[in-house]
Amino acid sequence: MTWRMPRAIFPGPQRTKRLPGRLAPLLLVLANFLSVSAFAQSVPGVYAIQGARIYTLAGPPMEDGTLIVRDGKISSLGVHLEIPAGAQVIDAKGLEVYPGLFDPVTQLGLYEVGAVSATLDSTELGDFNPDLVAATAVNPASAHIAVTRASGITHVVAAPGAPGFEQSSGGIISGQATAYHLAGWTMEQMQIERSVALVINWPSIQLRSFDFASFSFKEKSYADAKKQYDKSVNDLSDLLDRTRHYAQAKEKGSPALYERDLKLESLVPVLEGKLPVLVIASEARDIRNAVEFCTKQNLKMILADASEAWKVKDLLKDKKIPVILGPTERLPDQEDTPYDKPMTQPAELFAAGIPIAFSSFDTAFSRRLSQYAGTAVAYGLPHDEALKAVTVNAAQMLGLGDRLGTLEPGKIANLIVTTGDPLEIRTQVRYLFINGQLTSTANRHRELYEQYRKRPQPGR
Amino acid sequence: MKRALPIVLVALALLAHAPLEAQTPNVVFIQNATILTVTHGTIEHGSILIRDGKIAAVGTDSKPPDGATVIDAAGQFVIPGIIDCHSHIAVDGSVNEGGPAVSSMVNIADVLNPADVNIYRDLAGGVTTANILHGSANPIGGQTVVIKLRWGKQADQLPFEGALPGIKFALGENPKRSNFGPPAGTPARYPATRLGVEEVIRKAFIEAREYKKQGDDYNQRKSAGDHNLIPPRRDLRLEPLVEVLEGKRYVHSHCYRADEILMLLRVAREFGFKVRTFQHVLEGYKVADEIAVSGAGGSTFSDWWAYKIEAYDAIPYNAALMQERGVVVSINSDSAEEARHLNQEAAKTMKYGELSANEALKMITLNPAIQLGIDNRVGSIDVGKDADLVIYNHDPLSVYAVAQKTLIDGQVYFDRERELASRPALEKEKQALLDKEKKAAEEEKKHDEKPEKKPDKKPDQKKPPKPGESGRMVRGGGR
Repeated sequence: MTWRMPRAIFPGPQRTKRLPGRLAPLLLVLANFLSVSAFAQSVPGVYAIQGARIYTLAGPPMEDGTLIVRDGKISSLGVHLEIPAGAQVIDAKGLEVYPGLFDPVTQLGLYEVGAVSATLDSTELGDFNPDLVAATAVNPASAHIAVTRASGITHVVAAPGAPGFEQSSGGIISGQATAYHLAGWTMEQMQIERSVALVINWPSIQLRSFDFASFSFKEKSYADAKKQYDKSVNDLSDLLDRTRHYAQAKEKGSPALYERDLKLESLVPVLEGKLPVLVIASEARDIRNAVEFCTKQNLKMILADASEAWKVKDLLKDKKIPVILGPTERLPDQEDTPYDKPMTQPAELFAAGIPIAFSSFDTAFSRRLSQYAGTAVAYGLPHDEALKAVTVNAAQMLGLGDRLGTLEPGKIANLIVTTGDPLEIRTQVRYLFINGQLTSTANRHRELYEQYRKRPQPGR
Repeated sequence: MKRALPIVLVALALLAHAPLEAQTPNVVFIQNATILTVTHGTIEHGSILIRDGKIAAVGTDSKPPDGATVIDAAGQFVIPGIIDCHSHIAVDGSVNEGGPAVSSMVNIADVLNPADVNIYRDLAGGVTTANILHGSANPIGGQTVVIKLRWGKQADQLPFEGALPGIKFALGENPKRSNFGPPAGTPARYPATRLGVEEVIRKAFIEAREYKKQGDDYNQRKSAGDHNLIPPRRDLRLEPLVEVLEGKRYVHSHCYRADEILMLLRVAREFGFKVRTFQHVLEGYKVADEIAVSGAGGSTFSDWWAYKIEAYDAIPYNAALMQERGVVVSINSDSAEEARHLNQEAAKTMKYGELSANEALKMITLNPAIQLGIDNRVGSIDVGKDADLVIYNHDPLSVYAVAQKTLIDGQVYFDRERELASRPALEKEKQALLDKEKKAAEEEKKHDEKPEKKPDKKPDQKKPPKPGESGRMVRGGGR
């Protein structure tokens, strides 16, 4: 038995009202059969979540609040709201409601088993692949999707690039990132926005790299590293120039006058400022170079990973560049960097007035998102800012702020009902709403647990 | 009097590496703390008396004895020092001798590096003891050592006195080298299957058994008065395996899949040795009963999965489910970073499997102490045990807890307050060094610009480093 119906919903009169008696067991069996990773209720419903403390993140928390979900959206919320006829009522007394968590840089759907290359679709060959879009290959049946949403993450961005987003591979432009709901049968149902950003792995001047063949570090001279860097940046620059020419030709000429080029075509929205660039850069020098480049090229830049953003706060503040931070739980970049710098950096950036969001930069560890945010709170980031940094901030950076991130009427109903503070490790997610659907928290891990928990003792 | 100078020099050298306290204070008194003893509940407004590095009293006495160094922990929480049952910190260079399939002749204790900054970083995360393991490149790997994180002490002062040494075994994808080839220029190495992994271990123990017999026969005949004997030729590869057969060395075996766990238990039964811990043991929950019956412990990750196919059935409920079936379970790091928040990782057993707070805490204190055979010394806050303690500002199982002080043998080895206070001076010193180097580079440049100095040099050969580049420190981590 894997599909566990939330107790508050299905027993009692509502169940007989909504599911004809004989159909209910059948549906349950079907749900069980299909729940492995992609199950979401297919009938859009009306729900009333009642009696909870509601953290809207658009105002102060609401005690004993009611939140109504209708047709995939939050239709209203307040105290003592009237329950619409036919609504499934969720008694959330003693529970808390928050916007669903958002992991803005992952490879969910493009990554199944790290060491098995046949299960990876994250890293294409070649340095420049601006026309590749993550949505093309997101596998809705990936076990990661249900595992991740069980931890309260309701939507993510899948970004092409090297697994773990190492800068040394995955090309310079690795593709376009897709925002999607972590529930649904097909990408068509799951997609929030096919393209939210162009991913640029900023070419780093790396003097030292890990060589797997010899399992040791290889050193390179600064001159060699710089030469390679200059070539990469020139190539990138050149590509953008060609895009400008291409856009002009397309605007002015007839199709006969230019040959269609998918790569250049895909870059036009970037130069028009309609599509932001998600620039993955860690070291201060790389960040400075990336900012200089994007400013010169007039690109809408979001800085990602950014382990040394603290060294270039003024620059980021000055240029109004938002930052999607990599895991706070990482080692300092340098031996002499303070031991707690990765944990204190979010507070430091926030205090400097730089918009921040948290991200896992991973797939299997996407469920650690809230832990990363909680750790930043332990080291000085205000709690409500940390909540925003796992919900609304990244949504705003990626142009989804009008649809997601807070609990307000009209927004997509991606929300979680929890036993408490979602940043705290022991907190459980009781109910999960994705795209307005009550969605199962069942997943591969829970299923294996239930299965082996029932294993009879050998020899008995 | 000539002797005095070397003594002074040695003393100076020791001082230069001195940790926070130059001397162990004889008596330390921690007061007003919430004490999570692990073995006998929580004491509110409690105090711990430490004498000569040992816990001398635990209770609610509010008066420190005369002359005691007092640590006021009002509003703070004290737990036993965290024990990491799977670590690779403090190792100089590679942790893998991957040449032969059996590398039992090498010993991690020989390559301890007391200056590895990860010792300090993990200490700052509350870790006081770590099981330093050889890597997983071979079915039978190198010898292992338990250390205390005595930052600032020399290599020979790191090992945990009296802790039984261990040896690393490894099963599955790593020893059969599924995910990475042999180092460039070296041929493929047997084994390449789980079948071969078993065979390598069995073959080694057949040899070890024979070697032990030779030694036993020799000793027996010698003690019977036979003086005309040639002792058996020493075999450094087999000696540690004989110690395993004699119960003098623990087997810590890296493993993932249920089948390979049972395989090693069969081999252990065949040769009459015990597996002390299964490491990683991500499918341990599938054969928890068999592990429990064998007496082996399980030392696992909190929630790692899917990084390779043998980790695809890994579940975060593993620790709780093994424990439910009677296995002594610990949560380990296998990573200098993960070790910094093992308290958080342990707390996940409360979410996945609904263990109690005390059971969760045991996963990183008493249970790993039991697994390493050092629970008479560490792992709980009890009178007579080593004063290895961590003081947190919040409930240690909360994500909001930050370690404030870490004590080993009653001595403060990490103090957050002092760490923060020391930073401006360090920053100043670093800047001064950078400026000095920059200046030196400029001097050199000026020097080079004199025409007579560079008749045969190309002009672009001597670019001075940009500020910030030449002064870069060597990166830490990433082993």
